[in-house]
Amino acid sequence: MIKIENLHASIDGQPILKGINLEVKPGEVHAIMGPNGSGKSTLASVLAGREEYEITEGSVTFEGKDLLELGAEDRAREGIFLAFQYPVEIPGVSNINFLKTAINEIRKYKGEEPMPAKDFLKRVKEKSALVELDNSLASRSVNEGFSGGEKKRNEIFQMAMLDPKLSILDETDSGLDIDALRIVANGVNKLKSADNASIVITHYQRLLDYIVPDFVHVLYNGKIIKSGPKELALELEEKGYDWLKKEEALEV
Amino acid sequence: MSEIATMNVKDQFLSTFGVQDFHFDTAASKAARDEATKRIEGLDFPTSKTEYWKYTRINRILKAEYTIAESAANIDITPFLIKGMENNILVFVNGFYRSDLSTITDQKGVIACPLSEAKKKHAKLFASYFSKKVPVDEIFANINTAFHQDGAFIHIEKKQKADHPIHIINLIDGDQIITNPRNLIIGEAFSEGKVVTSYHNLNGRKSFTNAVNECFAAENSFLEFNKLQEENGTSFHIATDQVQQEKSGNFTINTFTFNGDIVRNNLNIAVAGENGYTSLNGFYLPKAKQLVDNHTRVDHLVPHCESHELYRGVIDDKATAVFNGKVMVHRDAQKTNAFQANNNVLLSDDATINSKPELEIYADDVKCSHGSTVGQLDEEAIFYLKARGLSEDSAIRLLLNAFAADVLQHIGIETFRQLIEEKIETGLKK
Repeated sequence: MIKIENLHASIDGQPILKGINLEVKPGEVHAIMGPNGSGKSTLASVLAGREEYEITEGSVTFEGKDLLELGAEDRAREGIFLAFQYPVEIPGVSNINFLKTAINEIRKYKGEEPMPAKDFLKRVKEKSALVELDNSLASRSVNEGFSGGEKKRNEIFQMAMLDPKLSILDETDSGLDIDALRIVANGVNKLKSADNASIVITHYQRLLDYIVPDFVHVLYNGKIIKSGPKELALELEEKGYDWLKKEEALEV
Repeated sequence: MSEIATMNVKDQFLSTFGVQDFHFDTAASKAARDEATKRIEGLDFPTSKTEYWKYTRINRILKAEYTIAESAANIDITPFLIKGMENNILVFVNGFYRSDLSTITDQKGVIACPLSEAKKKHAKLFASYFSKKVPVDEIFANINTAFHQDGAFIHIEKKQKADHPIHIINLIDGDQIITNPRNLIIGEAFSEGKVVTSYHNLNGRKSFTNAVNECFAAENSFLEFNKLQEENGTSFHIATDQVQQEKSGNFTINTFTFNGDIVRNNLNIAVAGENGYTSLNGFYLPKAKQLVDNHTRVDHLVPHCESHELYRGVIDDKATAVFNGKVMVHRDAQKTNAFQANNNVLLSDDATINSKPELEIYADDVKCSHGSTVGQLDEEAIFYLKARGLSEDSAIRLLLNAFAADVLQHIGIETFRQLIEEKIETGLKK
């Protein structure tokens, strides 16, 4: 589905990603872990199309297309969804209105007719229930006055509404209490299918108790320094990152 | 030397009006004209040194040549109609009333007719209200009083509700047309009514509209007055909006400016009766090298009143907007609640806003606030929307419509609100 090869990215001349290789196939869940400042969020931003980052080397192919050639909106239309680490508050723009616009622009891109209002409302009802998002929150201004947990649930609600092929969850778990975490993870799990995939970026192993990954990758200093099965997360929980950092240092 | 030069500009400017025929005038109307003419003699046009006009240079307005010309053209007014308001329209072309284009649905207790007709037919009302509160020291308002051709006269009787909103349509047909449209709107005690006045160019260049709108809102009346200014990019527009609000009244004025080379609005509201509620709002969207200047003044003269002011603008290209809002809480006006906000979005590096909110408070038990913001669109928000599949254009439009929505909610005529929404949408399309 997505193939990242030797990806290098920098911001203001400062290299952040220094050669990422990663392939995600349909139906897979990949967790990316790593200490602060390792480049996890940069990877998410680069994939979603944030323009502040300069791609200095490497390629990203998504469903056979050169992703790096596409603007953020076209990446979304192709089926990439980024759940923001810090969802933006947009006063005066209603959640529902903006999602309707989003869905219809995506459909237009695919050469499809706008979604009938009835189907749209049905989907709103169904998907807001999935993340236990109050109906009134769904119709309020985007994230305005939402609690931290509500904002993250709103991200998953939007994800459910847009039904992407590849979801990138950027530290969706940070700052969540256990109930909110359970709701968010439950939403993600229910949306999982054989045709879509997720990249779950997290600082903590805790989330992976709820969203079980097929692969765990450790990102450190702009590179993936270790990959393994889900058990790797537990090992990291126990031992921290220092042993991997040392291993990496020895290799260099 | 410069004095002579100034005088020449003034004389030359005023000489345009010498040819008008006011055969319909009554003694009261003539007296008002004569008084204003006398005052004009002692007044000069403002210069950039005049604080009240600091940011609006009017030289270009004064130095242009104008003509007064009636138009009998066969005009299709459908583009200017507002849905649901087609049966209550007063149409003026180049300042002259066009009965053939106007339609008024009769309603008992509601008068909507040209001012020229009201002068005789409703002489008593005219004499008691006309030009009673217009500022005596403003030269443009005096010019209108002295040389106005026509305008709308709207009167709603005591305890009457005007069933339909009334639409005053002002059209310009021809080059360098000057008009002094004069509207007089009176809501008697416990009355209710809504009015829209709109200004458009059919064609032509460099017209100058020098408008005066007088509104009298009696005790416990509910009045809403909307202004839509969308002449063309070469036209000039100076307006004086004078509002007198009595006890327990509820008055709303909304000003929307979409086009015009130079547009200046002088809005003065005297809150003269206790327990009044005043709402004054505006939205402006200047582009190219246009200038929109909103000067507002609310005088809280008595206790226990509330005023809410919200002006917002989106300024593009090399355009300039000016906001100067003064709220004056007089000594006796205890327990006043006065709130004022002006928010601006600059879409280009060359766009300018001069915003000056002013509060002057002479009472000691009041609740007042004012604030002014200038900013660009939130880049984070645009990225967020794009990351959901919206194009950059849609994202920007969504944000700007949201920005305007807080102003638009004060429009009480649903179809007019939709029209303004559409105009904002169109105005934002490049």
